[in-house]
Amino acid sequence: MMLTKKDFETDQQVRWCPGCGDYAILATVQKLMPELGIERHNTVFISGIGCSSRFPYYMNTYGMHSIHGRAPAIATGLKATRPELSVWVVTGDGDSLSIGGNHTIHMLRRNVDLKILLFNNRIYGLTKGQYSPTSELGKQTKSTPFGSIDAPLQPARVALGAGGSFVARSVDVEPAHLLATLRRAAAHKGSAFVEILQNCNVFNDGAFEAITDRAQKAQTQLRVEHGKPWVFSEGKKGIRLNAKLQPEVFDIAGPDDLAQAIVHDEKSELLGWILANLGPPDFPTALGVFRAVDRPAFDALINEQEQQVRASKGAGNLEKLLSGNETWTVS
Amino acid sequence: MAVPPSTIPLPVVPRQALPPEDLEAVTIRFCGDSGDGMQLTGLEFTKSSALAGNDLATYPDFPAEIRAPAGTLPGVSGFQVQFSSREIYTPGDAPDVLVCMNPAALKSNLADLEAGGILIVNSGAFTEQNLQKAGYAHNPLEDDSLTKYRTFPVDIQKLTQTALATSGLGNKEITRAKNMFALGLVLWMYSRRLERPIADLKAKFAKAPAIADANIKVLEAGFAYGETAEIFTQKYEVKPAKLAPGRYRNITGNQATALGFVTAAQRSGLRLFLGSYPITPASDILHELSQYKNFGVMTFQAEDEIAGICAAIGAAFGGSLGVTTSSGPGIALKTEAMGLALMLELPLVVCNIQRGGPSTGLPTKTEQADLLQALYGRNGESPVPVIACKTPGDCFETAYEAFRLAVKYMTPVIFLSDGYLANGSEPWPIPSADALPPIPVHFRTEVEGFHPYLRDAATLARSWVKPGTPGLEHRVGGLEKDALTGNVSYDPLNHERQVKTRAAKVASIAQEIPPTKVLGPESGEVLIVGWGSTYGAITQAVKQLHENGRSVAAVHLRYLNPLPPDLPALMRRYRKVLVPELNLGQLVKVLRAETLIDCIPLSKVQGKPFKVAEIVARVEELMVTKLGDAKASRAAAS
Repeated sequence: MMLTKKDFETDQQVRWCPGCGDYAILATVQKLMPELGIERHNTVFISGIGCSSRFPYYMNTYGMHSIHGRAPAIATGLKATRPELSVWVVTGDGDSLSIGGNHTIHMLRRNVDLKILLFNNRIYGLTKGQYSPTSELGKQTKSTPFGSIDAPLQPARVALGAGGSFVARSVDVEPAHLLATLRRAAAHKGSAFVEILQNCNVFNDGAFEAITDRAQKAQTQLRVEHGKPWVFSEGKKGIRLNAKLQPEVFDIAGPDDLAQAIVHDEKSELLGWILANLGPPDFPTALGVFRAVDRPAFDALINEQEQQVRASKGAGNLEKLLSGNETWTVS
Repeated sequence: MAVPPSTIPLPVVPRQALPPEDLEAVTIRFCGDSGDGMQLTGLEFTKSSALAGNDLATYPDFPAEIRAPAGTLPGVSGFQVQFSSREIYTPGDAPDVLVCMNPAALKSNLADLEAGGILIVNSGAFTEQNLQKAGYAHNPLEDDSLTKYRTFPVDIQKLTQTALATSGLGNKEITRAKNMFALGLVLWMYSRRLERPIADLKAKFAKAPAIADANIKVLEAGFAYGETAEIFTQKYEVKPAKLAPGRYRNITGNQATALGFVTAAQRSGLRLFLGSYPITPASDILHELSQYKNFGVMTFQAEDEIAGICAAIGAAFGGSLGVTTSSGPGIALKTEAMGLALMLELPLVVCNIQRGGPSTGLPTKTEQADLLQALYGRNGESPVPVIACKTPGDCFETAYEAFRLAVKYMTPVIFLSDGYLANGSEPWPIPSADALPPIPVHFRTEVEGFHPYLRDAATLARSWVKPGTPGLEHRVGGLEKDALTGNVSYDPLNHERQVKTRAAKVASIAQEIPPTKVLGPESGEVLIVGWGSTYGAITQAVKQLHENGRSVAAVHLRYLNPLPPDLPALMRRYRKVLVPELNLGQLVKVLRAETLIDCIPLSKVQGKPFKVAEIVARVEELMVTKLGDAKASRAAAS
């Protein structure tokens, strides 16, 4: 029986604020699920705390709404012991990069086969509007009335720095792009990290307006695809590297110019890093799969090692184990 | 290339071999610099005692620093072992034999040696520099400060060098072998054989045969020195103990804990998943379990304490036996996740191998000051069953029991051990796994009538459903949930009902706690109530007090939450209740609150276990107070 989007919806009333970007992400994920061909009962969504972390309640799969920042650790234990399950982590910028930053980087360096959806709205929404680790410098919020003095983290840079084998970025209001990106993430074996730029219309409205605004987005978005040049502005501008290996924007007047644009290569760590860093005021913001490489996944390795030990030592004998190596008898 | 012992310059005057003198029990303490190999020396002597059939108990005591500056007081490491021909319960209050490898070891341990005790000193280490480091103004070997002991200065340093003169080894390797000289000498003193330690040394240094040979040579030299040097006039022997018949092995608390968990997994047919972060004194459980992959044991050294417990929760959600191991500071970090586990109502075992606190405290020293943390240290109304082990061997059954309860009641369970039990060892009758109560596991697959928080009427446990089960897809979380559907619920009455149900579920465990065993008379003057590692000292004290005709009894609690239901009535049968604890009276608070019976605390917070004598003395005091009370009441009556 072919499942539909509807099969992945629950009877629970969705309780995000009207107009929240999370609705669009939920709809896209529910749309993706049937095409993956994985049964609902073999799918698990695990989240931490924050607005985004309500997500599992709305997915008619197995799910856990856990504690702040710890979803990657919980998911790691589940995936290690149940590698046949499709396990998704839903998190936010505060959940994954502030309180749970440690778990995020260790999940990525281990390359646990998890699909990570990081909803980045650059604000704490659930606690009603404090600055987050991705909030821009100078940001005025309830807890920073005179402006934030903390340099923001760039999620994709963190993911790449931790050795992420799949790092991508998409945006809530581009459902086709988001769907395509999540489809790629689902197919990846290993930690698939997708930063989703998401608008919080209550506490940080318009945070990504420059990127999503129809009138501007041709100038402000750089859509990357493996094997294709880094061009934007309807093909009129490209990005190339100068002699100091710094990216620079240049005008594309003819086909000869196009050759100067960097051709995207998902295997390149350096290009991934450059993409993660692009953004205003001098550059468009990159969207797409920045990096995708094959690397053994933690859950596969831990189970393979167990099999190897079993093969070399044989199945454990409890009686022998309890006896140990040295015994004596009292009669 | 073995150097025959005869090449060592020794007095060659033949001696008349005296028959070994029989002793009932002996306590030896080996102490030296933490780089001197005192732990290995103690372990080898312990093994030889076990194989000689003695009952025994050990107490390794080492500094938190791996290598504090050589020769200093903070760098002193010790290993105490009591071995006996009768049943014993502690590693001994004070050593009968003290082996000191340097002045710092002498300085920090001598106070524990009784007058007349045997003192073996590595005189070669008593250099000006070492004396200064230990804070000695004069060499105690050269004044009369040691005359009240039977002191044997032996230049172990030099004798080791001589034994290895032709070994071709460097001075560093030679010096490191000197602990084997001490071991050889003490093995000779107690009429032991060298086969066992020689085999162990060969195995330990299998990859460096030259080092193995050197250590064996020095061991033999120490043994021969006892035999031929004229200074030791007497050999001793401790006959085998009359232990209950059966097959025995020596086991430490941490080993027994690990085996208890493996056995629970094997008996339940489930995978064991350990999520852990290294911490003293719990790490050995991680080391032990990481070897058992062929038993389906998965170990995960997490990025931190929180990830350790969270990964275990994830594994439990997936249908495995999840366990996390730590000590006080790590447990503090895990508390939020424990709350999640009890809210999710998933089985989980949280092991606290207690150490001296607060904060980083005394990492390598023992204490029982995390009882209240275990009972109450979480936000909200968050009842968790708490059980504690009492001897190294008992860690096995208690660890097994922790999983049995966790699975049966779908709850996190806290297992309390401590540094003294974790590293201490004792002879352990090898159990038969079949003799343990079964751990039945039922994963619900039936779709009809399923609700995530539907409860079993008897245990109040919800059913365990593994992701992957068709038709039972559901969501759980840390938010308060509807008493049946598990959906998020902020309904006030539902919350109160859920809080009370979770409390009732844990409280109901009391029904299956076996009747409390009493050591001593069924009623009388003093009842000692203990928990955890004080068992040995309390038991020995009570036996001694019985010999003195005292009306004293003892009970030892494995179940700390809930408490045994027969406890209050039992406590009322004695005039006074004494509670010895390695804290400032935490069980006392609990007993007063739960039973409304006053208790007298006996507290010790020195990072050390109780001495038998300390408990005996307190009980004797209470007996005296009783006479005083009687006089006072007579005075009041007249």
